[in-house]
Amino acid sequence: MQGKEVNCDTTTKTIYAHLFPPLIIMYEIRFHGRGGQGAVVASNLLAEAFFIEGYDVQAFPYFGVERRGAPVTAFTRVDTKPVRVKMQIYEPNYVVVLDPSVMLKTDVSAGLKPDGFVLVNTTKKPAELKDKIKARVFTVDASGIAMKYRLGSKVAPIVNTAILGAFAFAAKMPKIESVLAAIRKGAPVKPEENARAAEEAYNSTVGE
Amino acid sequence: MVKKVITGNSAAAYGVKLARVQVVSAYPITPQTTVVEKLADFVANGELNARFVNVESEHSALAALISASLGGARTFTATSAHGLALMHEMMHWAAGARTPVVMVNVNRAMGPPWNIWAEMTDSIAQRDTGWIQFYGESNQEVLDTMIQLYRICEDKEVMLPGMICEDAFYLSHTVLPVDIPEQEDVDRFLPPFESAYKLDFDNPVSIGSLSMPHQWYMELRYKIAESMENARKKIVEVDREFGKIFGRSYSGLVENYRGDDADLLLICAGTMASTAKDVVDEMRNEGVKAGLLRLRVFRPFPNAEIVNLVQNAKVIGVADRSISFGNQGPFFTEIKGALYGKIPTKLLKNYIVGIGGRDVTTNTLKSIFRNMASIKDHGLDEEVTWVDLKR
Amino acid sequence: MAFKSVKDVPLGPYCHLESTLINKTGEWRNMRPVLDRSKCIRCYICWKFCPDVAIKILPDGNIEHDYEFCKGCGICANECPKKAITMVREE
Repeated sequence: MQGKEVNCDTTTKTIYAHLFPPLIIMYEIRFHGRGGQGAVVASNLLAEAFFIEGYDVQAFPYFGVERRGAPVTAFTRVDTKPVRVKMQIYEPNYVVVLDPSVMLKTDVSAGLKPDGFVLVNTTKKPAELKDKIKARVFTVDASGIAMKYRLGSKVAPIVNTAILGAFAFAAKMPKIESVLAAIRKGAPVKPEENARAAEEAYNSTVGE
Repeated sequence: MVKKVITGNSAAAYGVKLARVQVVSAYPITPQTTVVEKLADFVANGELNARFVNVESEHSALAALISASLGGARTFTATSAHGLALMHEMMHWAAGARTPVVMVNVNRAMGPPWNIWAEMTDSIAQRDTGWIQFYGESNQEVLDTMIQLYRICEDKEVMLPGMICEDAFYLSHTVLPVDIPEQEDVDRFLPPFESAYKLDFDNPVSIGSLSMPHQWYMELRYKIAESMENARKKIVEVDREFGKIFGRSYSGLVENYRGDDADLLLICAGTMASTAKDVVDEMRNEGVKAGLLRLRVFRPFPNAEIVNLVQNAKVIGVADRSISFGNQGPFFTEIKGALYGKIPTKLLKNYIVGIGGRDVTTNTLKSIFRNMASIKDHGLDEEVTWVDLKR
Repeated sequence: MAFKSVKDVPLGPYCHLESTLINKTGEWRNMRPVLDRSKCIRCYICWKFCPDVAIKILPDGNIEHDYEFCKGCGICANECPKKAITMVREE
């Protein structure tokens, strides 16, 4: 995209001038989940939500094996200038855990920036996770919310849209309206139920 | 113009749709499958008026398209790694029969052991088949190059097949904002395919029959070589014209990123080049004169362009995401060949990186630039280094 | 393909079908099929099997070998259920 004839730096300034708040750094968000829970779609929809607000975005998965239940990592990058770096995220600003059982084997807070947080899908309160996660923690019962709106099945609820609502609350960005718009536009099925799940999660996320 | 956040594979499918491809045939293989899925959607919902030919293998997919192309249709296929290897015989056929088939190849490592992640060995192993080869660094470039490729390949002076390669997952499954061009603009840029030699009931010809050593086989091969040479200027022309209509262009065969006055000049291709731009900026902020040349095209090989662009470099590093066993990185050997006798001898170093999808991070690239800096001061340590190898 | 130099050669390996008509492969034959029309029952099995399309069905229903293109492989003689075709040395 950065051909000789396009001067990115000047165009960038004009394109993103309207943004509030303008990001002064690139934000990097890492998702931990299992195949089938929608971590990949979550990373894509979060990118879409930021894109709606006018940011440049990137999102991609790192599969172990492409099978239901196998651990999946996904990444979203947000910036006010074109995102060029194409590598995994090792020092995330924020971490989203779609399935708490992933934490048994994986150090989800690895490389987390000092002012970052870990958002976990669980019925527990943040204080109860203090021994496992040495970072600021937010929790939300995304599985319960997903089941309430019949997203996925009882054994495998699809929690990606609910967790995005919770992310908007915890990170104070993007706006919940942008998240809902991204979900209504991009959810593969049941866009309205998914949007309502996100809204409910936004209102029921618990922090410290 | 609509801007969408889509994967590289989706961008490729939009490229197919906008190019008004008439026949699609492909066989699914990770990480290419979503290209074909999206195209199947487009065909099923009527957005793309094309025949979708289901086949039992990649070999058959390309065979079907060679026939369709000879019948005068604009054709498309997509594959990856083992699928591309299975196409190998038909790749020669497509070039030999002068059918401008266009392909998206998702660069993926070859097994065993099984590996679905990014590596360029699959397409580089096809370099002698007579296909034009592009390597993309963004989803936008994949889409735009698709449209450019049909113009280049179908040109009467070229008439060769072409492929655009995208790194597995780093492009194929990465969503990025992409401008979807307007159909009218694409139609203005890309006229319908008109084959000079198409199968025609009223004027029957036989295609691909025997040609003896004393007959014209050698001359037909010479013609392919000649057409590849023609493709060189065509690629630059088409890119420039594309820029006029769409406001984006890609510097033809080689992209020069802060390379003009660079002491340490890195040459590479694909998504790692995109990451390297950030690293170059960072090095420059630290006062290191770093620069980057991104190989956009591997066939035809940009010999003259590289000779031109490396004049001022003190150390040239070539990063290969593949290895030619028994020799060095394929980009490296070709670049050495391009420079020989054309410029005074330079310090040249080959870095083998990202094999089997090992993440090429900003740290990987920084360590490469640091090594190049040390070569500048102390001379060459070794000619080839495997970077990030667990030693 | 009768070209003078590489300049006349077309881009691809295309040749007009006339070239296969010009190339009289009947010259390659060393055994000639000879039909005994009195034994022929017009089953046309030979016509179906001939790999060189060198057996013609005449308007009156009889068959005839096209010696300009018949390479003398003998498949017609082998397949004929009435042994109406015999292979004779070309001399």
